[in-house]
Parts: sequence; structure tokens; C-alpha cells
Amino acid sequence: MSYERTDDIPGADGGDGRQEPAPIEPEAIRILTDPNSWLSGGTAGSSSTSTETRAYSDDFRLSEGSRVAVIGGGPAGSLFAQFLLKTLNRTGTSIELDIFEPRNFDFCGPAGCNHCGGVVSESLVQLLAAEGIVLPDETVQRGIDSYVMHMDVGSVRIDTPLQEKRIAAVYRGHGPKNSEISNIPGFDQHLLQRATRLGANLRPQMVTSVDFTTGRPELTLADGRSENYDLLVIASGLNSALLSMVEQTGCGFVRPKAAKSFVAEFKLGADAVERHLGNSMHVFLLDLPHLQFAALIPKGDYVTLVMLGDKVDEALVNAFLNAEEVRKCFPERRPPPNICQCFPRLNVSQARRPYADRLIFIGDSGVARLYKDGIGSAYRTAKAAANCVSLYGFSSSDLEKHYWPACRKIIIDNLMGKCVFGVCHLIQKLAFARRSVLRMTEQEQNDANVVPRMSSVLWDVFTGSAPYKEVFLRTLHPVFIARLMWNLCAANLRIPTGKKPEVTAT
Amino acid sequence: MIGELGRVYHDGEDIVTEGEVGDCMFIIQHGTADVIRNEEGEATVVDTMESGELFGEMAIVENTVRSSTVRARGTVRAITIDRKTFMRRIQEDPSLAISVLEVLCHRVRNLDNTIAHLKHQLDMLSGGNS
Ligand SMILES: Cc1cc2nc3c(=O)[nH]c(=O)nc-3n(C[C@H](O)[C@H](O)[C@H](O)COP(=O)(O)OP(=O)(O)OC[C@H]3O[C@@H](n4cnc5c(N)ncnc54)[C@H](O)[C@@H]3O)c2cc1C
Repeated sequence: MSYERTDDIPGADGGDGRQEPAPIEPEAIRILTDPNSWLSGGTAGSSSTSTETRAYSDDFRLSEGSRVAVIGGGPAGSLFAQFLLKTLNRTGTSIELDIFEPRNFDFCGPAGCNHCGGVVSESLVQLLAAEGIVLPDETVQRGIDSYVMHMDVGSVRIDTPLQEKRIAAVYRGHGPKNSEISNIPGFDQHLLQRATRLGANLRPQMVTSVDFTTGRPELTLADGRSENYDLLVIASGLNSALLSMVEQTGCGFVRPKAAKSFVAEFKLGADAVERHLGNSMHVFLLDLPHLQFAALIPKGDYVTLVMLGDKVDEALVNAFLNAEEVRKCFPERRPPPNICQCFPRLNVSQARRPYADRLIFIGDSGVARLYKDGIGSAYRTAKAAANCVSLYGFSSSDLEKHYWPACRKIIIDNLMGKCVFGVCHLIQKLAFARRSVLRMTEQEQNDANVVPRMSSVLWDVFTGSAPYKEVFLRTLHPVFIARLMWNLCAANLRIPTGKKPEVTAT
Repeated sequence: MIGELGRVYHDGEDIVTEGEVGDCMFIIQHGTADVIRNEEGEATVVDTMESGELFGEMAIVENTVRSSTVRARGTVRAITIDRKTFMRRIQEDPSLAISVLEVLCHRVRNLDNTIAHLKHQLDMLSGGNS
């Protein structure tokens, strides 16, 4: 069975052949982030017009000719397909694997994008490379080698220990709105192409419903056709109405909770980006209500703004953009009008029971890392699911034994993450704490002989490179606590650090 | 230039040096590097690494010194994979080691070919001399 990839997702074609979506207001983008909104005909739940007949294996193992459906061609879906096909290739088993992905990653702007900051963490860059997935130079919009932390009390730069650009800033789609000439090959497209090169079939169709009444997953597609599979992997992210549909099948799955966040793109031009932001990600610890984390990420000609929090709305975005610490990162201290924006949803809790017989939820649809490195947790859950399916099977008990532990590990680490972000939030609120963090970090960055304890904690919190548990334990080290206490006194008594800071404190 | 990951090594610069302790392996993002082995004071190029290739894994796996020098031929950009990141992940997911095993298998196969080729040449030479 072969399927041609088409670009005819209803509602995504601006009519000029370049498939440019209509001008987008934040509200409209919010709707676009739900792929179901692309459907013009409302085919959800429509009855099947063709159901394939074929003998399916009765046990919960893949064998020659088994059929696997992956809903969603984001990082979780594409990576799952790659890992599964690679392992089965080693054992000489050939299966049919379909990835259903209606989004065309060749579109610029929100229609071709899975809405995210696009930071591929240091640890993920390394692990993907070890898996043989090397990110091409064209996809990496900027190699990041440092972080600059901005607070009202001053700013400090934290460099990677190796002076190496180890973090990749990418676009998930084909770039921001109106960036056609830049011809940016996106991250998701790269991963999806790798999956198809390994033998996955890309089916550019929306899955509108899932049914398990026959004991096997039966998918209904946007064109009304139905298809049966041996195994269904749901990697449809958070924004899919499909998740609530599966919730109602009684398999025990409960979708993850989500909060609204904000992503916007500013076009500054490569020179201005270089001058004002360089190869650093700029993170802001500002005392603004409901703001958990905000960052400016330099990418080629553009800068991406990401804001995470429990209630990110237009008023908060405006307050943030008007903060002096943010304004000074832009030419003439004035952020230009943004050219692309969206309010995507972000996982704030995990799904309940992200597996059942013949069914697995991976990536954001199942369990994701709190606030950071969501692509990294998509990789981890995809890999664990592929290993379980190829080596053990896909009954509920197989998945509980061999897939669930990977999810549980992320969930437990997220509990630690909550503590870590709780402390960050406290620092955001308390000026004397901000001053001491700034002083301690400055001292470490300006003196090579000082062990960078605070810098490494901040680095791992901002980059999401290390497990939260490890970060948390590092803050309990007696030397860390002693130095923090000393800096707490010294910073608030204004005792100078002795060396000139690289980035000025105010 | 800006969209580039890793560290740049200039022509002739050593990325790793034979005999040094290593705690990371490398992937070449861009460029070509020579693998050089010193035998009795004489440097011999024993292999060439291209973009996308992994090296330095032996020092990570065995915790020994680097067995050869890898030197940039032209400009090379490479990223490192830390032993800690790699080993920690292997604890969680042993299958990650298979990708390194594949590299090692490939290298052993190449070595077998080289040995067979050299043996053949040696036989020819000794045959020709007798
Ligand atoms: C504001 C924000 C910033 C973020 N920044 C970062 C960051 O910098 N770094 C990082 O690592 N993570 C970041 N994340 C998290 C990251 O975006 C997610 O964790 C990651 O995208 C999860 O990948 P996924 O494949 O599970 O889901 P997604 O990337 O959401 O992919 C799901 C895919 O499924 C498809 N789909 C949905 N429904 C259907 C259907 N019914 N039929 C067929 N296909 C369907 C969609 O089109 C989509 O392509 C951020 C998240 C937010 C909200």
C-alpha cells in the first residue's frame, strides 16, 4: 500500500500555492493548534466506507506483516517509528507502519509548526547523536553555548564548561510566518523524513476516531474510511480532541492536564540578533504574577519568545515585553511587532494509565517532563515504547512491566521539578534572594578556581539537561548551602565580589 | 555559520591526542579528520572520519587513554558526548549501546579487510622474494 503525500489539508491553503494561512490573531492560532479545526467537513465519528479485511495475529507480539498505526508525526511519533523499524530490521521482521500526520511541516507559520520554543537540550543533542540522529546544520538555526540570566537586580552570563555549542535552537515547522524565502528545514520534518526513509508510510490524514469494540484498534480517517491495526500508538500531543475520545472508550486512560503558554517570533535580522543576543539563550526571572519562566531564543534572523506560567494571557505578555530587562535585549530597547504568535498548551501533569492492550500513549499525549525538555521526554517515552513492543510485546501487562517504568521515572522526577521550580519562583519573588543568586553566579563565572555550583544548578534548570532530582540534590550540598548563605549576607550588605562581572549588575 | 552545533577545529588541530585520558566521544558534524597512530615514533594515518561518524568511544567504554590521535583535515566541527550522559542513559536504556556496537562492528569489519589485504600483499611479497 503506498500513499502520496499531499498538501491539501483543508483550511491551510491561502490560495497562492505557497499554502500561506490567513492573517492570524492569537485567538485564531489557538484554534489552529487543535488539528481537528483543520477539518472543514466535521467528519469525526463518520461511519466507515471501507474496512480492510486481513488476518491479524492473535497474540500481543509483532510478527511478519503486522500493522502498526502511529497517530501524530511530531517528535514522539517519528522517533517511535524509527526506533521500532530499526530494531525490527535487526531481527529481520518486516511490518507495515503508518504514521498519520495531517500537518504539513513545509508550511511557514503556525499551520506547519508544533508550537514550541524549539530548544533541543544539551543531553538530547548528545543522545540523538549517539542514536545516529545528527541534526543537520540547515535545521539548527543557532548553536547555543551560553545562557544569560536577567533579573531586576542584574544579569549574568553562564557559559558551557567546554566552550562548545551543545544546545540546538530549531524551528519545529518551516519557520515563522512569511519566512518562505529562508527555506528553513524544520526539526519535525527532519525526523519524519528519517522515519519514512526507514520504511514508515506517511499518511497525511487526520484520524477522527478510534474504536476498540472488535478488540483491535480501528481508526476512522477524515475521509470516512476505516482501517484496522494490530497496535495503535497515540503521539498526537496535547492538542488533539482524539485524547478525550479515547478517554471515553473505558480503557482507563485520562488525558494529561495542560496550561496555556505563549510563543512569538520577532524578526530582527541576523546582525541584530548576533549583536543583541549572540549565541546565548536569555532567560528572565522577573517578579510578574503567574509567570513561571520566560526566555528569548536567538535563531538566524529571528528571536523566539517563550512564556510559561499558570495563566499566560495578553496582559502578562505586554507586562513582560515592557519590562526594562526584556527591552534591553532588543535594538533601541524596543521589541518590534511580532510576526507570528500562538498560545499553545503545555503539559502540567501526566496522563493516567497511558497504555492498554494494543494501545500506547507516548510524548505529550502520555507523560512529559515538567516545563523543560519536552522533546527529550518524547524521545524517552518513544524509545521505551519501541523497545517494549519489539522485544516483549504490547499487552497491557507487557507495557506495565517494560514501558510504564520509563514514564514513572519522568513522573517522579517531575515531583522534584516542582520543588525546583517552587524555589525558582521564590527567588523571582524575593529581591534579596535574587541578589544573592546573582552574586554567587557572578563570582563563579569570573573565577575559574571556584567550583561552579550555582551556575551548574541554574544551567541544568534552564537547559533541562539533567534530571530534576540531580539538580535538587546538588542544592543540598553543604558547600552550596554555605556559599549561598554567605552570598545572601554579602549581596545584601553590598560587599563587592572583588572581580569585575562580565554582564553588569544593576 | 550561526546555525552550527559543536566546536570548530582548524586544519591540523588535534581533536583527541593519543595517550591522553578521555571522558567523552565525538561525532563529526562537518568536515574530515584523520586517525593517526604513532608506531616507533612514526605517525601513520590509519583511517579517515567523515561527517556523521562517531569516534573516541573506546576511551568511554574501557576507561583507558586514547588509542590514536584524531586530527582535523581542513576545518572540522564536532560535538562531544559525555561519558556521564551516555553511561547514565545506557543504565536506563541498554539498547543505546547497540548503536555504538554497530560502529565497533563496522570498524572490526574494516580492520579484517585491511588485515586480509595486508596479509595478501605480504604473501605476494614473500612469494616474490622466494
Ligand atoms: C510554549 C512551549 C514551549 C516549549 N518549548 C520547548 C523547548 O524549547 N524544548 C523542548 O524540548 N520542548 C518544548 N516544549 C514541549 C514540546 O513542544 C513537546 O513536549 C513536544 O512537542 C512533544 O512532542 P509530541 O510528538 O508528543 O507532540 P507534538 O509535537 O504536539 O506532535 C503531535 C502531532 O500529532 C498530530 N496530530 C494531532 N492530532 C492528530 C490526529 N487526530 N490525527 C493525526 N495526527 C494528529 C499533530 O499534527 C502533531 O504533529 C514546549 C512546549 C510549549 C507549549
